Amino acid sequence: MNELLLLMKNELMVTAIIFLLLFIKVGKGMSNDRLLPVVQTLLLANLILGCFFNQEGALFGNMYHTTPLIALQKNILGLGVYLISLVCSDWLKKTEHLAEFFLLMLSALLGMYLLISGGNLLIFYLSLELATIPVAAMANFDLDKKRSSEGAMKQILSSAFSSGILLFGISLIYGITGTISFSELPQLADGSALFIMAFIFLFSALAFKLSIVPFHLWTADVYEGAPVPVTAFLSVVSKGAVAFVLMTVLYKVFQPIESTWYILVVILSVASMLIGNLFAVRQQNIKRFLAFSSIAQVGFILVGVSSGDIGSSTAVVYFVLIYLFSNLAAFGVATVIAAYSGKENISDYKGLYQTNPFLSWVMALALFSLAGIPPTAGFFGKLFLLTAGGSKGSYVYLLIAALNMIISLYYYLRVVRAMFMDKNETPVPPIQTGASAKLGLIICGIGIVLTGMMGWIYDYIQSLH
Amino acid sequence: MNLLLLLGAPLLTAVAVLLGRNKQQVRWMALAGSVVQLLFALGLLVAFRAERSGGQTAQMLFEQNFPLIDALNIHFHIGVDGISVSMILLTALVVTAGVLVSWNIEKMTKEFYFLLILLALGAYGFFISLNLFVLFFFLEISVVPKYLLIGIWGSGKKEYSANKLVLMLMMGSGLIIVGMLGLYFFGGHDFDIMNLATAQISTDRQNLIFPFMFLGFGVFTALFPLHTWVPDGHSSAPTAGSMFLAGISMKLGGYGCLRVAVYLLPEGAKEYANIIIVLSSIAILYGAFVTMMQKDLKYINAYSSVSHVGFSLLAIGMLTQTAITGALMQMISHGLMTALFFAVIGMIYDRTHTRMVDEMGGLMKVMPFITTVLFLVGLCSLGLPGLSGFVAEMTVFVGSWENDTAFHRVATIAAAMSIVVTAVYILRAIGKTAMGPVTNAEHLELKDASWNEKLAAIILLAGILSIGLAPGWLNDLLTPGAEIIVNRIAGK
Repeated sequence: MNELLLLMKNELMVTAIIFLLLFIKVGKGMSNDRLLPVVQTLLLANLILGCFFNQEGALFGNMYHTTPLIALQKNILGLGVYLISLVCSDWLKKTEHLAEFFLLMLSALLGMYLLISGGNLLIFYLSLELATIPVAAMANFDLDKKRSSEGAMKQILSSAFSSGILLFGISLIYGITGTISFSELPQLADGSALFIMAFIFLFSALAFKLSIVPFHLWTADVYEGAPVPVTAFLSVVSKGAVAFVLMTVLYKVFQPIESTWYILVVILSVASMLIGNLFAVRQQNIKRFLAFSSIAQVGFILVGVSSGDIGSSTAVVYFVLIYLFSNLAAFGVATVIAAYSGKENISDYKGLYQTNPFLSWVMALALFSLAGIPPTAGFFGKLFLLTAGGSKGSYVYLLIAALNMIISLYYYLRVVRAMFMDKNETPVPPIQTGASAKLGLIICGIGIVLTGMMGWIYDYIQSLH
Repeated sequence: MNLLLLLGAPLLTAVAVLLGRNKQQVRWMALAGSVVQLLFALGLLVAFRAERSGGQTAQMLFEQNFPLIDALNIHFHIGVDGISVSMILLTALVVTAGVLVSWNIEKMTKEFYFLLILLALGAYGFFISLNLFVLFFFLEISVVPKYLLIGIWGSGKKEYSANKLVLMLMMGSGLIIVGMLGLYFFGGHDFDIMNLATAQISTDRQNLIFPFMFLGFGVFTALFPLHTWVPDGHSSAPTAGSMFLAGISMKLGGYGCLRVAVYLLPEGAKEYANIIIVLSSIAILYGAFVTMMQKDLKYINAYSSVSHVGFSLLAIGMLTQTAITGALMQMISHGLMTALFFAVIGMIYDRTHTRMVDEMGGLMKVMPFITTVLFLVGLCSLGLPGLSGFVAEMTVFVGSWENDTAFHRVATIAAAMSIVVTAVYILRAIGKTAMGPVTNAEHLELKDASWNEKLAAIILLAGILSIGLAPGWLNDLLTPGAEIIVNRIAGK
């Protein structure tokens, strides 16, 4: 019993918060101004608790397992949700259904926790669904906007489709090997054509969640339609979780067919980087822009994933942490501006520095970090991903990735230029950013500047392996 | 001498600038900070010479080494040899002069000085790094300041130029990343320059990585045909920005070509030396001829920079000790000279509001100090004895002549011929601007240099003259470093 409490403490804590919110909702209810700090405190408590008493162990006949590294991954996701609750607080306060919003978001988070800890294909499938369906409901949260429901519809339909493919893949794997347990699969994998097909089905479901090209077509529409906090959640937390689980799946379960998936990962990563970058160049809406940039970022994550050793797993976890700070800072600024002025286009950001220097600097830092320019952490993250990817020795691949950084710099600079250089008759008026949003943005900013400089973080992640 | 001070001083200055309450405070903070940096640089020179004359023969002095990331074997390793010391001195001189000439910037003064100091920080860090990772970090740190400096405070088609410059430099960085990772994996999972210099990397692998490294750093130092960011970037940047770009930023590339590409990959350098020579000869002649056609003073200096930096690259391609010493001298001489040139052009532009040679005339009568400096810097550019340009170019030619094949001789002669062209365009531009009657009556009202401008010019002129009249000290600094590089090429 004690073991159960200790090993599953992240999941239990999130479940407890969910129930608490449910009681608050069915009971007297609370005003948004009071509820939001409560939720933020609870999420912070979850985060702090998650940092202690982490040990290795398995439950329910290996269906659930955890290690300090997995606990760290969960905490990174928990940090993401906490930061979203901070940076998006200006939007959250205005929403009518705050309790439901967090109910859905935390359910999805619970699904991601289980996904990372899952030890067989059954729980893998279940938790992947749990992590997806609430997000589709969240995407519909701008109830009076048609685009929002359109985005939600697109997401639910296409995720249902990808779930179908995933189930087909799982059934094939079970048919070939007779097991669904992650620990037994590698010994029974025969590398036959059918097995590779099953792998591709399973991989494509994950690729869909990560919006890897060519499974990315839903991304831009959903990102644009959904409210900014949901977009932030989709692009940061959701992607982080799937990136973590992708490594488990590739490195552990499909280790015997490594040479096959290596080629697949390389091709898809090049495609994602190129297409994500090239499409981002032309975007006008900041959310669509960040959607395509996130596709390119995932392509970059795959560079790290491709080599499959300890170094690459460390680099990916490290990068996701940095990506979380950078992307949430960018989305945070976008939310603040959208919440106060309703403006979401890059051209609306012209002259922002004159009226809102703080927001402009945070946005610029975030974009430079996403582009991988020092002194921001994104530089370190990208360089370590490349170092990890380089250990397989394909320099053409590295060169393509490095040259993609130029394209991405070009479009990130577009926003910087709009904010700092372009003149505008009617810039966004000065915004009184709320205290918690400001706190969130400052945390993100500090994270962007310091995570890279503090090399021990990388060493710490490495030591957990 | 603790080298960390060299990083701490600009960092503190940057913070102080941010805390400054009004424009006047910000200016004085920036000036105080840069003067402290200059004193540090001079102190470093004195300390370095004292150590050397005290019999200290280690390749790098004042070394410090802290582990940064154990998992990837990255260390924060810093240290200096004579080459770095002279480059640091160059940086300090140019930055101090840059702070002085920007005294009258009213638009976002705080941000301007903050970014300028950040540029200096990157350059100092670059020159003292002995670890490829740290070196690359400091190289890249200047991307943001460069972009914003040109884009916000620039003139002309500034957004276009800022974008072009940053993207082209990023392309260089992309190539450097690949080369760097190649070195890391071939050299036994190490980024340390000192360790990589002793690592055994096979000739094939060196030939594979060398182009990445050399082209990558070559973009920074305007290697033909990757020089196209230079004219646009230099002419659109604000005065201090141009001074930094031409005076220091291009030297980062040259230093990188030598310290990283040639020093760590000597076999690769030998393999590609002839290509380097051909490209840099083209750059020298092409730059000189294109300059002849320019009407804008900033474009004249920008294109002539392409030509002058070509001498450095040519000398690197020659791979002899004298030539490499000459390459380094040329970098320093050109850094001082071109920074001063841009400073003077800035001063003239601030007064006449034009940079077109045709629209000026007889300025000697109106502003004697500024035009005298213009004359001196022009003469330095065309290699008049007594000024630094002559010393550097002479060393380059002597070093190049040491190679006795027809190919090298032809390249050397072609490069030397460009001096004639240089004389033509420099004398024509300066003669038109300074001599003759005053063509524009409004120019009669103009005032000569103010105290800050005089000080800036004197600081840089002091550097030029000290090299031109007594090149021995610089030679003593640079030769041991060049010797080590050449010994490595010779396989000793």
